[in-house]
This record gives sequence, structure tokens and C-alpha cells, in this order.
Amino acid sequence: MDTVLCGSAHVYGDDIDTDRIIPGKYTKTLDLQSLADHVLEDLDPEFRLRMRPGDMIIAGDNFGCGSSREQAPLALKTAGVSVVIARYFARIFYRNAINVGLPALEVPDLRAETGDEFTVDLAQGVVRNTTQGTEHQADRMPEVMMAILHSGGLVAYLRAHGTYPPTEPIGTTP
Amino acid sequence: MTEPMGQTLSEKILSHHAGRSVAAGELVVVNVDGSMASDTTAPLTIKAFEEMGGKQVHDPSRTCLVIDHAAPAPNERIGNLHELMRQFARDQGTVLYDVGAGICHQLMVDNVHVRPGELFIGADSHTCSYGALGAFATGVGSTDLAAVWRTGKTWLKVPQTIRVEVDGTLRPGVQAKDLTLFLVGELGISGATYQAIEFCGSGVEQLDLGGRFTLANMAIEMGAKVGLVHPEGLSLPYEFTPLRPDDDARYVRHLSYDVDDLAPQLSAPGSPDDVHGLERYAGTPITYAFIGSCVNGRLEDLHTAARVLRDAHIAPGVRLVIAPASRDIFLRALGDGTVAELTRAGATFLPSGCGPCVGTHAGVPGDGETVISTANRNFTGRMGNPRAHVFLGAPSSVAAAALTGRITDPTPFLED
Ligand code: SF4
Repeated sequence: MDTVLCGSAHVYGDDIDTDRIIPGKYTKTLDLQSLADHVLEDLDPEFRLRMRPGDMIIAGDNFGCGSSREQAPLALKTAGVSVVIARYFARIFYRNAINVGLPALEVPDLRAETGDEFTVDLAQGVVRNTTQGTEHQADRMPEVMMAILHSGGLVAYLRAHGTYPPTEPIGTTP
Repeated sequence: MTEPMGQTLSEKILSHHAGRSVAAGELVVVNVDGSMASDTTAPLTIKAFEEMGGKQVHDPSRTCLVIDHAAPAPNERIGNLHELMRQFARDQGTVLYDVGAGICHQLMVDNVHVRPGELFIGADSHTCSYGALGAFATGVGSTDLAAVWRTGKTWLKVPQTIRVEVDGTLRPGVQAKDLTLFLVGELGISGATYQAIEFCGSGVEQLDLGGRFTLANMAIEMGAKVGLVHPEGLSLPYEFTPLRPDDDARYVRHLSYDVDDLAPQLSAPGSPDDVHGLERYAGTPITYAFIGSCVNGRLEDLHTAARVLRDAHIAPGVRLVIAPASRDIFLRALGDGTVAELTRAGATFLPSGCGPCVGTHAGVPGDGETVISTANRNFTGRMGNPRAHVFLGAPSSVAAAALTGRITDPTPFLED
């Protein structure tokens, strides 16, 4: 996977739920292109026409809340979205994105307008808004998720490793 | 094993499944007791399982496949996905619930695929419902579930816990769903993201299993990983050891509420956490009422509706659609006359399953319609049409609206 991504931003607000990322009526399929054809349809009907491969989704709090449908990150990935950046993600969406190999970064202090150009260094977690000239640091992802993302997703990870590594006690965080 | 400090319910259950004592904030790889996928998620799970080199699922007798979301199949594409599930279940020897058996979550609890203290992973976000039993049950996506099938394990971050204490007694006619919607409104759709909730207090102790199920079901609408109900007052049709948190367990927040004066609640169209007293919307005309879904499709919910509609008929211009949460519930409602009573009152019964909840196969509303539903989600487009407006309420409120054609306080109908 590329570790430095460039693309322009499509900016959305807080609490974008999975029904708005891909409505439930389209989810019963194994044809990923048919998911991409309807991505963000109710939220932003123009998105499919505007977006170019490599573009980025930038959102506020709790992106991907609602159902557990993995079709949501799959629809974004298949449509050509290179990374999703949010202040924070709903838990299941966050796992699903990494599991299907769609990079997802949590950046608490991001400012962006639709159309801003971004450069994202996945390995360092550095997000640059080259239009506005600002730089932001993403929160660190848990170790397992890093390993899964670097393998290109959970399928590739388990094909290579067979199982999860044992976890060691790491003390507690408050 | 040393116990360094008091543990929450989540810490206890996860310690047990990690084989060592764990605390909030740690990442753990845990053994999974049981798992489930529906027809929305199983096809992708099967594909991911095969792609990751899976040959035999870890524990077929504790792996359940349920055809409930678009059942019976509305078209050839979904018909083929159902066939894929049937074939996989036959080849692997897993448990399969086919069309009409009921909604996955109702079946997991009623047919004892999950018990108190267990760790259960489901490829459906409302898997958190089994917190009603005191099981650590949480939803994941298809690929995560495929990994459970392959390894028998999953990884989790041990969540911090919010303790929600509910005291008092619900007024007659005010239902567990009203309490649940109230709490969703209080915590908000992201109020417990990455965290666990423990529900306790005298108001919770009085809830029967169905009421606890309703409460735990909507923990995901509060953003939570799990919603665990304390075992005080829980009765189950089998022997179990009640699991309690330690007295000195550490919680990240304590919230407490008194529910003596709680009135019926509604969630307004757009997001489940936009919750207000029903009074605010009283008089709003509706054309479509739905009773069902994993949160409120149980026998007692049909009984409530039948009480409201007894010897009456739904309003002209209104459809009342009912999908019982399982065949067993439907059968019991047939046996005791409830189905006849509701059908006579003008209701239309759908097969047991998710019904119109997720807009995939039956009962999709038309443009501009106002719907009142007992389900748990009303995001834009949720029922299959982004131009419909969906209120969420208790079965009593939905039945009262069907009766009058307007949003109506149901408590007078339930007073005696
Ligand atoms: S009834 Fe609705 S919320 Fe429950 S599992 Fe089915 S689609 Fe999901």
C-alpha cells in the first residue's frame, strides 16, 4: 500500500451514519462496484460525479455510526476514496475500514474545506492541508490495527499469520 | 491470578476470556464462545473466510447463520445469496435459521445460543442486545467475523465503562422502550463510543427479560461497544451464575436518573438520539405504523398493541404492519388470539424477521409519508426511502397512532 497519499477533500459533518454512506437497500450483494455506484447517495448525490480516484473523505465526530455493514467502507474504497479522516470514528466502522484495507485516521483538530488539497503520510500519521498550509498529527492507531493495515487488510493478515499474535499486559490507561 | 483492583463487568468477562486479568485500556486477544451472521453480513463473511484460507469454521455448533433481513428473498440476487448461506451451513455443519424463523437477536437469546458471562461476536450491530443476559456481546463487520470463524478469537480494546443507574418505577402505560429512548436522548448517538455501559438500579431491576433486551439493544444507539444489564431481578429459564461488578470497580462516568415521572418518548425523524416527550408531537398525522424489529417485536409488544386496539379499528388512511420477531412468537400470538384481534383491527402481518426495519424487501414507505415505528433506527433512508419521515416509539405509542391516525399519548388506553 502507498504510504503517502495525495488528493482533494470532500468534507462532511458529524455523525454520518452507515445508512447515508450506503443505504441498506443496496447492501445485499457481493458485487462491490454496485456498492460504489450508490456511495453517499442520500447525503451528497453529486459525490459520485465530482470525485476522482485518490480523493479523501474528511468528516467530524463519530463517522460511520449505525449498522455494522462492512459494505460502508467497501463502497468508499471501491469508489476510489484513498483515506477517510475524521475527528473520531464509530467503533465498528473504524475496525471495518482497517480490515478491508481502507486507511482511516483520527485527527482531533482538523480544519478543511471541500476542494482543499491534502497530502497524508500514513506511516507517520501526518496530515497536511496544502491549500491552507496547515499540518496535523493523527492519533496513534492500536498496534494490531497498524499491522492489519500494513498487510493490506485482515484477509491478507490472516492469510500470512494464521492467527492473531498473543497480547501482553501493557499496563492500564485511565 | 492477582486482582489488582475492582473490576467492571466488561473487565471480568474479558479477563476470563483472555486467560489473565485485564483492565480498561488494554488490547486483548480473547477466545470467543459463539458467533452469528445474518443475510446482510454472512455472504461477505463467507467470502472473506475463504479468501483468508479458512477450511473449517472454528466451532460449527456455536456458529449461527440467520436469514432474516430480506426474507423471503425479494429478487434473484438475494435469493442466490441465501443459497450461498444454505450451502455453506450444510458444508460446514453450522447452525442455520432459514426464512421465517425470526430475527437473529431474538433467536440467539430464545434458543440459548448465548448465556450470561459469555463472549459473543455477531456481524450485526445490535448484537449488544445480549447484554440483557450479562453477556459481553458486540457487533463487528464481516471480515472481523470471518477471522473469528478462522481462529476462534478476536481482538478487542477493554472498554472503559459508564455506569447508568435508573431508579424509580415507570408509570402505568410507560414502557421499557420509553426509558430506553430517553437514555438514548440523554447519552446521544456518540455518548459512549468505544465504551461499555452498565445499567443498574431499581428501575432496571423491575424490567423483565424483554425490557432488558430493549435497553441493551439500543446501547449501540448510544455508541457503546456493549450494554450490560446487572443481574438483579433477572430470571431465565435455565440455571446461571449471576455475574456482578466489584464494589470498587472503576467507572469513567456515573449517571443517575429517576423515572417515576417519565412520560412516553419519541425519537424524531433523522436520528435515534433526537428524543423528546411524545407530547411535543401529539396530533401529528401519520399514515404508516410499524410494529416489529429486534427491539420491539416480542409477544408482549403484540399484546400491548392488541390492548390499545381492542374492539376498535385503525384509522382510515393508516396502514399498520406487524412483523413478529420470531415464528415462535407468531405461533403463541396465534394461539392466544392476538393475531386475530390485530388482524380484525386492520393490521397486516409480515413473515417473522426484520420486516420493513431496514428497507430491503417489504413495507417501504412512499415519498413524504410520516411513519411511526417500534424499531431502533430512523436515519435518513433507513426504511428504504430517504423522503419518508420516521418517528420511533414504544409499541403502545405506535398502536395508539395507528388507532387515531395521529401521534397520541397511549397511556389512557393502558390504564386499567
Ligand atoms: S430488526 Fe432491524 S435493527 Fe434489528 S437486526 Fe433486523 S434490520 Fe437490524
